Amino acid sequence: MRAPLIKNDNLQKLIWPLMALGIILLFNMLFTPGFFHMEIKDGHLFGSLVDIVNRGAPVMLLSIGMTLVFATGGIDLSVGAVMAISGALAATIIRPDYVKGVLAYGELRSLFIVVSIPLILSVAAGLWNGILVAFVGIQPIIATLILMVAGRGIAQLITQGQIVVFVHGPFQTIGSGFFLGLPFPISIVIFVAAATYLITRKTAMGLFIEAVGANPVASRYMGVKERMIKVAVYMFSGLCAGIAGLITCADIRAADANNAGLFLELDAIAAVIIGGTMWGGRFTLAGSIIGTLIIQGLTTTILTIGIAPEITLVFKAVVIIGVALIQSEVVRKTLIHRLAGWKVRRA
Amino acid sequence: MKLAVLNQKNIPILATIAVFFLIYTVGSVMYTGFFSLRVFTNLFIDNAFVGVIAIGMTFVIISGGIDLSVGSVIAFVGVLTAKLIHVYHIHPVLVLLIAFVFGAVFGFGMGCLIHFFDLPPFLVTLVGMFLARGLAFLISLNAIPIKHPFLNRLVDFGIPLGFRAWLPTTGIIFIVVVLIGIYLSHFTRFGRNAYAIGGSEQSAILMGLPVGRTKILIYGLNGTLAALAGIVYSLYTLSGYPLACVGLELDVIAAVVIGGTLLTGGAGYVEGTLIGVLILGLIQTFITFQGTLSSWWTKIAIGVLLFIFILLQRYLSESSITAKSAP
Repeated sequence: MRAPLIKNDNLQKLIWPLMALGIILLFNMLFTPGFFHMEIKDGHLFGSLVDIVNRGAPVMLLSIGMTLVFATGGIDLSVGAVMAISGALAATIIRPDYVKGVLAYGELRSLFIVVSIPLILSVAAGLWNGILVAFVGIQPIIATLILMVAGRGIAQLITQGQIVVFVHGPFQTIGSGFFLGLPFPISIVIFVAAATYLITRKTAMGLFIEAVGANPVASRYMGVKERMIKVAVYMFSGLCAGIAGLITCADIRAADANNAGLFLELDAIAAVIIGGTMWGGRFTLAGSIIGTLIIQGLTTTILTIGIAPEITLVFKAVVIIGVALIQSEVVRKTLIHRLAGWKVRRA
Repeated sequence: MKLAVLNQKNIPILATIAVFFLIYTVGSVMYTGFFSLRVFTNLFIDNAFVGVIAIGMTFVIISGGIDLSVGSVIAFVGVLTAKLIHVYHIHPVLVLLIAFVFGAVFGFGMGCLIHFFDLPPFLVTLVGMFLARGLAFLISLNAIPIKHPFLNRLVDFGIPLGFRAWLPTTGIIFIVVVLIGIYLSHFTRFGRNAYAIGGSEQSAILMGLPVGRTKILIYGLNGTLAALAGIVYSLYTLSGYPLACVGLELDVIAAVVIGGTLLTGGAGYVEGTLIGVLILGLIQTFITFQGTLSSWWTKIAIGVLLFIFILLQRYLSESSITAKSAP
């Protein structure tokens, strides 16, 4: 009687999130005219759906990194702060003297420098988290809490508490440009998701990550370099956060150390949990992406209905707790029990 | 042997006290007026709302849980109080009662979800955080002033302490909550159960302790204290603002950890949390007195302190494990 309703394990895991997403789309099909309308203007794709994915791009990146961290049994609270640091750095590299009140740009920095230095530092931030978790042995919530608190302070230190506005053609493309007809952030997400999928599912890396999460001691005895995997996963999460920070910063053409990425760690965590990845063990990247789409779809839907965007939080809360309850062991067992009883009676 | 273990348990709180005196001494030597009763009482007044909720959080963390919803609950209670008094003209006493009931029910509900459905506290209280913040926005998107003769009298009330210092209502509430917290943690069955659950939930169940009831009560208590903190905060600012106390939960957790409570649960003191809160307040006072340091240094300083204390805890718990496993 415990036999799964659907044979494919992965699909079975995704069925609840997919249903939630389906309900949101169905609602919009009925009540939002033109929701599914898409058109190609000047070789670029436009439409509500494209917009949802585009707005959700930073959180998608965060949730990809967060999924792997979750799979090793950890959590990364610092991603929002890392986003702020990365954006602050990029803006300050473009206008180094802005914080001193000099409005001139100085020499034009190449895109490579503007992008690479923040990313290197984001990875370094991940390395710091990873070392604290894997080598010092601090619980992940706390280890990353340190950078979450101090990181935003560091970002404000970089911009001296100011909002650094800038103009930099090539860099702005990252936030608001197009690539092969798709908004650039979406292209980046597709690239990162595909690369992560290949690395984790087409090599043994994914298995190692799941092994470390499911049983660190056993995997160490099996010869999996448990600590290195943990460090690598946090570094990857830092990298994803860094890219997300660059996208946000390039999109608004300013670095706002106070608000960049604020609370996005919570959105990312929510997306991963809605997607069906729980602490330690099996993870599903597709689930996390769907989770992000659910959250972003909900936000857009509420905006189009005309309710104040701040109230989305209430809906987010209801959706997260609903999905978490459905996936919880207790509810599942009760359901299976009921279902079994029903089948027996019918027979 | 027993004395050594006892000493080791006390090291974090001793370190906390040392840090407090260090910052206080450095400040007093560097700046005139830092060492005064007024600055000291201001620590209690300005951090009253943080202190009230940090006491509740101490119980949650001692029992091995966490509550991320407190900042949002404070904002919600503030907005609710302001709206009911300012727009609906309901008497403050009744409003305060409503706020308490809300806080208790909210915490109780989260405790039930955590216990009966076996969901991680982190997830449930994260949802609570979204929910309370969203509800606050639902009531009002803007700040609402709080004006009422009764509340003005409450705010103006205070005990003069001499040297131009006085202790107003909010400070008194803070101290009373600390005393209640100390009583609960040291002298009641509830307190001992909380420590036992944090030490090992499995063992607590096997010992026949009322684990579920205690856990739900702890979250209920924390919700009630969050409501009280919300009331203290609205008395402090005399307004309700839905964006108030964003990220406060992290400051509160930091205060509890700096106060010497182990994040793994099972060990910690309410007294330590009091000093942890005062240290956070001292850092802010220090930066205000310094004048040229900007506000972000507060965050960096708290982060660094948090890091040092966590390292200390880590080192201590490791050495206690080796001590236990040694023949």
